[in-house]
Amino acid sequence: MNRKDLGLLVLILVVGLFVYLRNPLFLSANNLANTANLVGLFGLFSIAQGFVIITGGIELSVGSMIALLGVLFVDMVGRMGIPWPIAAATVLLLGIIMGLAHGLLITKLRMQPFVVTLCGLLIYRGMARGYTADATAGFPFGSTYPGLDFFVARPFGIPTSVFVLLVVAVIAWVVLHRSVFGRYLYAVGKNEEAAKFSGIRTDLVVIAAYVICASLTAIAAIFFAMYTRSVQPSGHANFYELYAIAAAVLGGFSLRGGEGSIIGVVLGTILLQILQNLVNLLGIPSSLNFAVMGTVILVGVLVDQQWGQFRERRRIREAARVAVKLHQS
Amino acid sequence: MRLSDIRKVYPGVVALAGFELQVRPGEVIGIVGENGAGKSTLMKVLGGVITPDGGTIEVDGVATQSFTVTESIRAGIAFVHQELNLFDNLDVAANVFIGREPRKYGLFNIVDTERQRAAVAPILRRLGANFSPQEPVRNLSLAQQQIVEIAKALSCDARLIILDEPTSSLPLHETEKLLEVIRGLKADGIAVIFISHRLHEIERACDRVVVLRDGKFVGELDRAEVTYQKLVRMMIGRELKVVYTPPSAPRGEVALSARDIRTAAYPQQPVTLDLHRGEILGLAGLVGSGRSELARAIFGIDPVFGGTVAFAGKEFPIKTTGDATARGIFLVPEDRKGAGILLDMSIAQNITLPDLWSYSRGGIVSAAAESKRGERSKADLDIRAPSVKVRTGALSGGNQQKVVLAKWLAMNPQVIIADEPTRGIDVGAKFEIYRLMRGLADAGVAVLMISSDMEEVIGVSDRIAVMHEGRISGMLTRDQFSEENVLMLAVGGEGNKTGVSA
Repeated sequence: MNRKDLGLLVLILVVGLFVYLRNPLFLSANNLANTANLVGLFGLFSIAQGFVIITGGIELSVGSMIALLGVLFVDMVGRMGIPWPIAAATVLLLGIIMGLAHGLLITKLRMQPFVVTLCGLLIYRGMARGYTADATAGFPFGSTYPGLDFFVARPFGIPTSVFVLLVVAVIAWVVLHRSVFGRYLYAVGKNEEAAKFSGIRTDLVVIAAYVICASLTAIAAIFFAMYTRSVQPSGHANFYELYAIAAAVLGGFSLRGGEGSIIGVVLGTILLQILQNLVNLLGIPSSLNFAVMGTVILVGVLVDQQWGQFRERRRIREAARVAVKLHQS
Repeated sequence: MRLSDIRKVYPGVVALAGFELQVRPGEVIGIVGENGAGKSTLMKVLGGVITPDGGTIEVDGVATQSFTVTESIRAGIAFVHQELNLFDNLDVAANVFIGREPRKYGLFNIVDTERQRAAVAPILRRLGANFSPQEPVRNLSLAQQQIVEIAKALSCDARLIILDEPTSSLPLHETEKLLEVIRGLKADGIAVIFISHRLHEIERACDRVVVLRDGKFVGELDRAEVTYQKLVRMMIGRELKVVYTPPSAPRGEVALSARDIRTAAYPQQPVTLDLHRGEILGLAGLVGSGRSELARAIFGIDPVFGGTVAFAGKEFPIKTTGDATARGIFLVPEDRKGAGILLDMSIAQNITLPDLWSYSRGGIVSAAAESKRGERSKADLDIRAPSVKVRTGALSGGNQQKVVLAKWLAMNPQVIIADEPTRGIDVGAKFEIYRLMRGLADAGVAVLMISSDMEEVIGVSDRIAVMHEGRISGMLTRDQFSEENVLMLAVGGEGNKTGVSA
């Protein structure tokens, strides 16, 4: 855990303590489980976003992907009666195809990530709405799917999504911070030209990042569909890509690429969910939700950056003083 | 205008050492000199961009110590740089008046396009331009764009226009046109300083040619006296301090063989080159002669527009850098900070990056193996840093270059292409890098050293290939090595009597 992650953890604890003191319900088993569930769900696609941001790219179609894949999943299981593992595999495959398409457009056809994924955002949302003709996709009344209870179960009072996030986060941590591929991701994000001059197939690395992002998002889409039980395609998962980007930025990712950690993005997700929870628990009008979140992110990133600059200046002054001393002696 | 005793010293380099120049109205002066002779520094002094460390600049009899940019403009000095500074989304008139647009409607501050165009039209006529003021600049050819730059200069009442290698990227017929424009300027009493590598253009356009070497004025020739031989002889004559170390064994078989390679920079010029094991082949030429482009193409960075590359007699595809590195063909790029290393990564991480799988198990990087490799390279190449965990961005240029080399040396190199390997690094580190390259060659590696430093090319290479405008203009063996021969081939002159084999 680096200094940035530690700072974020302290901030989470301080905000948590503040909320608890104002409303002890914050630490009730039910509230904690609910918040943890949301952390699990949002954490999945925020980590996904992290893989793309580390390369210096961006994935704006996350929310629309969750809506489209959610609609398809519910429809396949609920209306068509396809066994859920096959439906889930299909959704995952579609996710991989979307990620592959984004990656290819960005690397081989040299389009800007912002443009490609913005178009993805519009296209997938439109497809989701068109597919159901703007109606809500849901499971038939009274139907039960014993296999799917897994997604919303709470073994030991802890939601499944938290376990899944934990597993995904550990794997992602190893991949990003310890594996050869992770090093390539950082190298491409920091300086694609230099990475290429080191013999790295930078195009493949970038494509892989988008594929990983989209497939994790597909998994999140199934969880969200099961969490809401029905998918209303015009509103489902709206703006979720921005939650993901916000979590990553709070977690120390640089949108220029080459910087960021998995622990950071998970902590960023936790902070965002606590802020949402804070708005509910402290009786702040929920319409102010976004304003609170925006303010905290702005202040957080600002303080972090200014603090970094302050330390850098102090380091240079210190070095200069040592040099002068050496010179005098 | 008169320049006397202009000096400029950079740490470690004397860029200008007492340069003298006099310019009279209506005079066309050519300035020639090798790479690094001080031409660009001189231009920067005239433009007021840098302050000389000594000497005086005299304009119309008024002497000053230095020039600011504003004073330079007020003195009527205008530049047309090699890289044009035009906005290709605006029309010709808007470019000419950029930053000083005529306005109308008072407070609304609307650009008076009509007036702007009306003012530019006569200037274009005077320059014999075949395009109108409302033509968007993106539709113009390079030569036409240069005319726009000259029009810009004239609209500011320039009295001295400095053209920095204006013809280097022009096709022949456009060059003719530009020379004509220069003659027109001269007739109007405007002085022109013409910096060029193309001697025959200088011969035709200039009243006299000033030769620059090591930041000094070495002499001038009137138009009537100008010949290739005379100019080249004046440009050379630097003291050579690099002592040649001969290879320990005769060179081996051909390692890398490039056949008819065409690059995007010079698609009409196929290049063929053979590189042997155990030799250092110097690739000389002027900046922009297509050497780096050739290296980048062979290494799979830039697309190739024809030709084949073979390693040890076997052809291989050059699509990605992986194709080259898999065969032990490595490039030490010209742009060290931008392409050679990752400044934000540690020494050890940079060294292991191209071959990371060898330092990992099951796809997971072994920190121990990585730092062991780092320590070994640090000792082998004498990289000076407190630890291998230090960011390479914190190292000196020489040590950074050693990290770039270390990266490839750790991978059993077969062919090393080093593009300006010693640019911007101190003398001590330079000699270490020469020693390293010789050591590699003696170990059977084929080394191709691209260098613009004459001293280095002659002092380090076993053979020299010279490029001129995208083609290999000659190949020199050690008994033919001389600054004169290299420079002659570099400026596109014919080989001389000592015999040049192509």
